[in-house]
Amino acid sequence: MTVLTVAERRDRRQRGWLGIALAALVVSTLISLFVGSRGLAPADLVAVMLGGGTHEARAILFDLRLPRTVIGVVAGAAFAVAGALMQGHTRNPLADPGLLGVGAGAALAVVLAISVLGLTTPIGYLWFAFAGAAAAAVVVTAFGLLGASRRDSSPASLVLAGTAITALLGAITGLILLLDTATFDIYRFWSVGSLAGGRGFDVILPVLPFILVGIGIAIAHASTLDALALGDDIVKSMGRRLAPARFTGLLAVTLLVGGGVAIAGSIGFVGLIVPHLVRRFTGPGHRWLLPQCAVIGGILVVLADVIGRLIVMPAELPVGVVLGVVGAPVFLVIVARLRGSRARGSRVRS
Amino acid sequence: MSVRGIRVGRISVPWRPRHLVVVLAASLVALAVAVVSAGVGDFSIAPSRVLAVLVGGGERREELVILTIRLPRILVALLVGVALGVSGAVVQTTARNALASPDLLGITAGASVGAVAVIVLGGDGGTVSGLLDTVGVPAGALVGGLLAAALVLLIIRRTGSGGLQPILVGVGVSALLGGLVSWMMVEASINDAARANVWLTGSLNGRSWGELWPLLLVVLVCLPLLVPLSTRLGAIDLGADVARGLGVSMLRTQGALLVLAVLLASVTTAAAGPIAFVALVSPHLARLASGSSRPPLAASAAIGALLVVASDLVARTVLAPIQVPVGAITALVGAPFLLWLLIRTRREVRR
Repeated sequence: MTVLTVAERRDRRQRGWLGIALAALVVSTLISLFVGSRGLAPADLVAVMLGGGTHEARAILFDLRLPRTVIGVVAGAAFAVAGALMQGHTRNPLADPGLLGVGAGAALAVVLAISVLGLTTPIGYLWFAFAGAAAAAVVVTAFGLLGASRRDSSPASLVLAGTAITALLGAITGLILLLDTATFDIYRFWSVGSLAGGRGFDVILPVLPFILVGIGIAIAHASTLDALALGDDIVKSMGRRLAPARFTGLLAVTLLVGGGVAIAGSIGFVGLIVPHLVRRFTGPGHRWLLPQCAVIGGILVVLADVIGRLIVMPAELPVGVVLGVVGAPVFLVIVARLRGSRARGSRVRS
Repeated sequence: MSVRGIRVGRISVPWRPRHLVVVLAASLVALAVAVVSAGVGDFSIAPSRVLAVLVGGGERREELVILTIRLPRILVALLVGVALGVSGAVVQTTARNALASPDLLGITAGASVGAVAVIVLGGDGGTVSGLLDTVGVPAGALVGGLLAAALVLLIIRRTGSGGLQPILVGVGVSALLGGLVSWMMVEASINDAARANVWLTGSLNGRSWGELWPLLLVVLVCLPLLVPLSTRLGAIDLGADVARGLGVSMLRTQGALLVLAVLLASVTTAAAGPIAFVALVSPHLARLASGSSRPPLAASAAIGALLVVASDLVARTVLAPIQVPVGAITALVGAPFLLWLLIRTRREVRR
């Protein structure tokens, strides 16, 4: 009989969790493909998957349900991993992926695209959102590093620079929207976050490489994040250089959030809560946290989208609304239940 | 930085000249901007004449313009700034998080649900008008904000206030209410949505004495109550264990502080909409300017007042005759200031 070390036992358990989560992702994906306002019989859909099926069923599956499911999985994974990275780098549980100014930059670029160039389709916004996101991230990082070099190297400067730039970009966007009601009418649907509305594979494919690279960088970067959690001084004394580590992390966040916002609008809430949920069963170590966040983020967005399709049939609710209205109470219950029992236990002890 | 103390009987207060300078400078500039602002508009009046009107000697026309139209709005701006600055500083210190603001207690999200619900559900076909608009929207905001804060505080009471718990509860409740607001914004007609968007940005347009009195009452009640509690903020900032060791009852002090912060933030949100950025950024500006390790209350209040009154002046004049909502300007005024302080100040005391 082999004796397992604590670490091996933990890895074995975490591998199990990840397997369960992946299975749940597959189930969610299937639900998303089979459920919709156009009630197609499961037999028809199976026939389509096997290469046959009616023309209508093929169109619904391949042109409507498959793209939005893929967008949900990809965007959810991107936001959740980016959120975990931001929280790790800033050591602040309130940091969401939007803190780097990425979401605000993308929003401003999209509003300009609608207002000045008259674009109205997700594929049209795509590169504007991405460029805006990247530009904002560069500015925030520059100010954050400049502030850090003048004061101290703690992530506080980055947090403040992100807060300021995000607010500034948001204010400019807000001013344009207040003066231009026609743009506001288009923008309000983009801003809430949605997987539908003419988003096909032409929207996903150009962005997918960026998001995959972002997730790859993030996971490769996990041990640095673990070191960062102990403080910047520990990182330095372990012989690692802080600036490259921070730069890598921020690059990954920019790729992930820029890509996510470009394909699905701003569903930043996922990035804020998924890491907190996942940490409850992976613990704080990033090696398991990051992949698990990617999977759970995907599940959450896909399921929220399914609920949004069912809840007000034949119309549908944008995924951003469902995440808030249905996802937040679930989050509250999980947070309250788990910690509540532990707090009671400790009170008995003291 | 040398810290000396002043001791009167059993009470001792550290003597920090730089804090005093920041408070005085910010207050004086805020008052100066207020006087200039009272003179600027369609009917412009020189600052010296404004002062003359304020002490009771002016022409009837000037008195009418200043005392009935501009002064109440400017006073609302100053009070909103004071209240947001203080409640922001209290929440940031109590939560011990640089990104915390009264938003975290669900106030902004709750008030938004209340106000947007009145605007979207109350108007039949067109837009809300009459009594529903002047009383209904602020009342909806006040009730919504207080209910949301009560919900957050009740859940925290049940789940315990250890670790990340309070922050996560605030995040969850705000997300839920934010989802409701987005829902209403997407379903509403474009007229209602645009009106709701103006409210959500935060505006001081057309504020009169009627909005001022409740705000003044709450600020005058809450600020004196905060003074004795404020000496314990330093202990709370050092963490629960240290605070307990210093004899500060963590739960009771935090509870009292948060209730006061909730009252201040709710009444401002009812008066001017969610100008959330002020509460987030004033404490940081105060902290950076006065070189302190945690947000000083008096300086946060003075800087908050300056930020709102200056933003309101810009909002009224920059695109005149269109009046831009003040909330769209606070970030334009406050964010560059924050960036400048961030890269300019060197940390004096190294830990």
